[in-house]
Amino acid sequence: MSVMPVVLWTDALVFLLLTLIAAFVLYASRYEHMRAPWRRVVRSRVGVATLVVLGFYVVVGLLDTVHFRLALDPQGDDSAETRYSPEVLSLLDLALSGLRERQEKTYSAPFATHLFVKEAIEQPDGTLVRDFPRLEYGGAHLEDPARQRGFDIAWRAAWGALQGLVIWALLATGILWLIARSRGETSAATRAAILAGRTPIPWRIALAMLGIMLVLSAVAGELALAYHILGTDKVGEDVFYQTLKSIRTGLLIGTLTTLVMLPAAVLLGIMAGYFRGWVDDLIQYLYTTLNSIPGVLLIAAAILLLQVYMSNHADDFASLVERADLRLLFLVLILGVTSWTGLCRLLRGEALKLREVDYVQASTALGVGHFTLIGRHILPNVMHIVLITLVLDFSGLVLAEAVLSYINIGVDPTMNSWGNMINSARLELARDPVVWWSLAAAFVFMFALVLAANLFADVVRDAFDPRLKGAR
Amino acid sequence: MASDVLLEVSGLTTLLGDAARPVRVVDGIDLEIRRGETFVLLGESGCGKSMTALSLMRLLPPSGRVTAGAVRLAGTDLLRLTEAEMRQVRGGRVAMIFQEPQTSLNPVMSVGDQIAEAVRVHEGGSRDRIPARVVELMRAVGIPDPARRVDEYPHQLSGGMKQRIMIAMALAGDPQLLIADEPTTALDVTIQAQVLRLLKDLQAKTGMAVLLITHDLGVVAETADRLAVMYAGQILETATTDAFFAAPAHPYSRKLMESMPGADKRSARLAVIPGRVPHLDQAFVGCRFAERCYAVMPRCRDQAPIWRELDTGQGVRCHLWEHGGVLPDGLQRETGDPAAATSFVPESAQDPAAAHAPMLQVRDLKVHFPIHDGFFRRVVGQVRAVDGLTFDLTPGRTLALVGESGCGKTTAGKGILQLTRPTDGSIRYRGEELVGLGHRRMRAFRKDLQIIFQDPYAAMNPRMLVGDLIGEGLQALGIERSRAGRMRRVAELLDLVGMDADAVERYPHEFSGGQRQRICIARALAVEPKLIVCDEPTSALDVSVQAQILNLLKDLQDRLGLAYLFITHDISVVAYLAHEVAVMYLGRVVERGRVDEVLDDPRHPYTRALLSAVPVIDREKRRSVIRLEGDMPSPSHPPSGCYFHPRCPDAFDACSRTYPEETRLSETRRVHCLRA
Repeated sequence: MSVMPVVLWTDALVFLLLTLIAAFVLYASRYEHMRAPWRRVVRSRVGVATLVVLGFYVVVGLLDTVHFRLALDPQGDDSAETRYSPEVLSLLDLALSGLRERQEKTYSAPFATHLFVKEAIEQPDGTLVRDFPRLEYGGAHLEDPARQRGFDIAWRAAWGALQGLVIWALLATGILWLIARSRGETSAATRAAILAGRTPIPWRIALAMLGIMLVLSAVAGELALAYHILGTDKVGEDVFYQTLKSIRTGLLIGTLTTLVMLPAAVLLGIMAGYFRGWVDDLIQYLYTTLNSIPGVLLIAAAILLLQVYMSNHADDFASLVERADLRLLFLVLILGVTSWTGLCRLLRGEALKLREVDYVQASTALGVGHFTLIGRHILPNVMHIVLITLVLDFSGLVLAEAVLSYINIGVDPTMNSWGNMINSARLELARDPVVWWSLAAAFVFMFALVLAANLFADVVRDAFDPRLKGAR
Repeated sequence: MASDVLLEVSGLTTLLGDAARPVRVVDGIDLEIRRGETFVLLGESGCGKSMTALSLMRLLPPSGRVTAGAVRLAGTDLLRLTEAEMRQVRGGRVAMIFQEPQTSLNPVMSVGDQIAEAVRVHEGGSRDRIPARVVELMRAVGIPDPARRVDEYPHQLSGGMKQRIMIAMALAGDPQLLIADEPTTALDVTIQAQVLRLLKDLQAKTGMAVLLITHDLGVVAETADRLAVMYAGQILETATTDAFFAAPAHPYSRKLMESMPGADKRSARLAVIPGRVPHLDQAFVGCRFAERCYAVMPRCRDQAPIWRELDTGQGVRCHLWEHGGVLPDGLQRETGDPAAATSFVPESAQDPAAAHAPMLQVRDLKVHFPIHDGFFRRVVGQVRAVDGLTFDLTPGRTLALVGESGCGKTTAGKGILQLTRPTDGSIRYRGEELVGLGHRRMRAFRKDLQIIFQDPYAAMNPRMLVGDLIGEGLQALGIERSRAGRMRRVAELLDLVGMDADAVERYPHEFSGGQRQRICIARALAVEPKLIVCDEPTSALDVSVQAQILNLLKDLQDRLGLAYLFITHDISVVAYLAHEVAVMYLGRVVERGRVDEVLDDPRHPYTRALLSAVPVIDREKRRSVIRLEGDMPSPSHPPSGCYFHPRCPDAFDACSRTYPEETRLSETRRVHCLRA
């Protein structure tokens, strides 16, 4: 089956980000002073546990970033060129195609076998009865849902858990073998060391966390084959599918915004502190002015501007996905514009301090040029601040997306995002009985991501903070 | 005699860090401090002096614990008291003052309130008496106009005043013992003299004992009655001050004394103690000093020496004293003997200054920093950090720029290198004007003019390899463009400053202070400079390490013909190293001339006061201290006329009217004073 790859704007930026991260890792691994703090991060128990959780999110997000269009089945044999479906899909969509296609009519509760609202059902004898109809897919295999459902769910969960454990066992053995080889020990000795928690990197915690995550995913995957484990929404779409799709949106907002604002913040901040004088005045005026405009106002204005543009130039967009993507990109840009000032101010202060430090003065005395000096002496010595800020900002930005979408100036309404899910939950919560699962699903997934990111940020901050060096 | 003993410490052992690998910072210390005496604990940094003091006060950091020994203060064992009882002792019977008065005072409380707090805790008595007591205490520590100063905040006071406030707080509980942890290290010599004097006076008045912790032999000689030399957590020697300076018993003490720079050692190299203080997390088998000892014997390495009491009243921990206190031949002083002292000939006869034209001519150099204020940040005044500096420097010679902190000597050094833009004046290097050159045009001169900084820890980018650090100048100035060539040159330079070539692949933090300073010197030498500005290069180092660096600087000058502009506040270093001296006060040179002329016969009243305040070991050479009133005025509002006249003991009317013109006393000697 031939496919046509589609690279959306945000996809391109994600690939750029990945390249940058890879380059940074290569660069950092060459220098001991950069390796040491990261080593502290992976040697902390919280660090590895949150890394595993974040890793799952990132994998889902990346799968959702590889976009393409599938080839359509040839209609007539006369046309030599293959035609492609107008629908842009991602790897994640393919993997979850079951979930995506099993659409019900409207709301249904998690694990339900019947619809959430009564409908008129035509009986075989021709009479109409108002009742909760059976779902088209959720639990459709059951003969007598009331009696069989509990047992079926338990059995499927157990089967899923077993699958998860097997996958985990395979992975763990592979990792064990790799560790044993790098340590030059027998596998048995390494296993004993890991179980006793004697390895420098807390593998015991990492593997346990990996086990938990794998079992949870496998159970969810197995159950999702037969049920809507988080229910369905107003148009009958599976909420579990929506939440998984929202991961990409959340991650993109959190990471691409920093990518966008980083060059401005770092360059301007260091320049202001290093050159002082009129350069400093100019940059300071710029960011104080920008900072005094309410961020929400700026974002609303920019998004409305874009909406007008898009409605006037509807033909420029090949698909809805592209439209939504452009809006996401715009949101990322405008969030970047409003959020670089904090880091810029921090860096200006640090550069002001560093330019008076003896080693910078010594370089000046040796005739080193301004920009070499900034690159060699100032930038590496403010890198820890940049890193700490980025990691701390991430969770804030994920939450910001939810808030902005809630007030309708966030991502496109057609795009899956936690913010949009929460926004729609506004009406659902007003119903009686309450439809709670959209909100709960968005909350749980967002909570797990932000909590992991926050804990990870704490570990990174501690590892990079020079004042904590040697403590403990 | 026994009732005379105030504090008795026996077998005190303190551990730091985790139980598996503890650091024995204090390892079995025995001490006796008598009532009313000054007892000095002497040692280099990292030998456990401060930890001893903190153990006595039971103020150890959370990971520290006292594992053995007893501390008896007039009969009560402090280590057995409950924390509540101990709080009564702290500040009540034993008080402590710290090195850094800046950080020991709360910046948002007025000093009066802070003293009152201490008074309230220990007096407990009627509240209305407290203000009177505060003023009384402030008067006791010599703070002028105490009634007004009560309401001032720490930032309004100078360093010396702050240390006085600290002492006043310590005195609030009428302590029997005052522990002073390096109380004057952060202060200038003239202020140090004031504070030490104050401690002596207070001791005479109140009869308290003082435990003074210091690394400065000069301070020891001036203040101590008895002393103990500490090394690697142990006491190596105790003695009365006179006996100690007459004949130090332990090889370490002897070397410490010989490594002190001074005029009498000019022609000789300073004694150095090789190596560094060992880490205290190991189990020692033999003598702890064996690795660095010049008189080491095989048994020193495998048998720990026991404590011996000598006939002279000294106690020493060394195998050399096994046979009745007779030193083996050849282990007497190696340098600094009378012959060496007299071998110093004034160089006026063969003065090379006449042969060489000056390399650097500084004329009326001014570096002012504008003070901005108000909404439009208008310039409302100038901090005149350097305000008319004039001197010449000839190739291959050392000019020492001497002065107290805040007199502008560091700014002058940076101004000469154009690291700080001079406001006015002229700096001519080999006839070419440097003032006003841009960043690009100045690069031509960067090769010839280099700088070494005070703090070797701050002077190197922690994120660069030593090889890249040293090679930076070669690369920037395009001297060695290929990396291989640079690394070859770096290896030569490391060899030149006495370091191993494998340092190239390591980071600065892996080296000790002395080694780092060597690396900094190598970096400056990389571009083959003709003149190096040395900005207090040894003041952050221990005495024995300072000796290594001074020796190195002297060797390099002999071999490479370098000229040094040596910025320092340490007169003994000046006497050892410099050829000429310029004394700075408030941004101006008040007196300059050859080193022997200025140090032996100071003509300016400020020079005289400065020199008299320097602690001297030799009693015969000691001058009576000329006490300067008050502190150095702010460089933003210098006094009218002669800048020194408000503090000058010899001032008369004319002094307050005009700044005195330069008076030439001889070919090389110039002084700015109306009395001269």
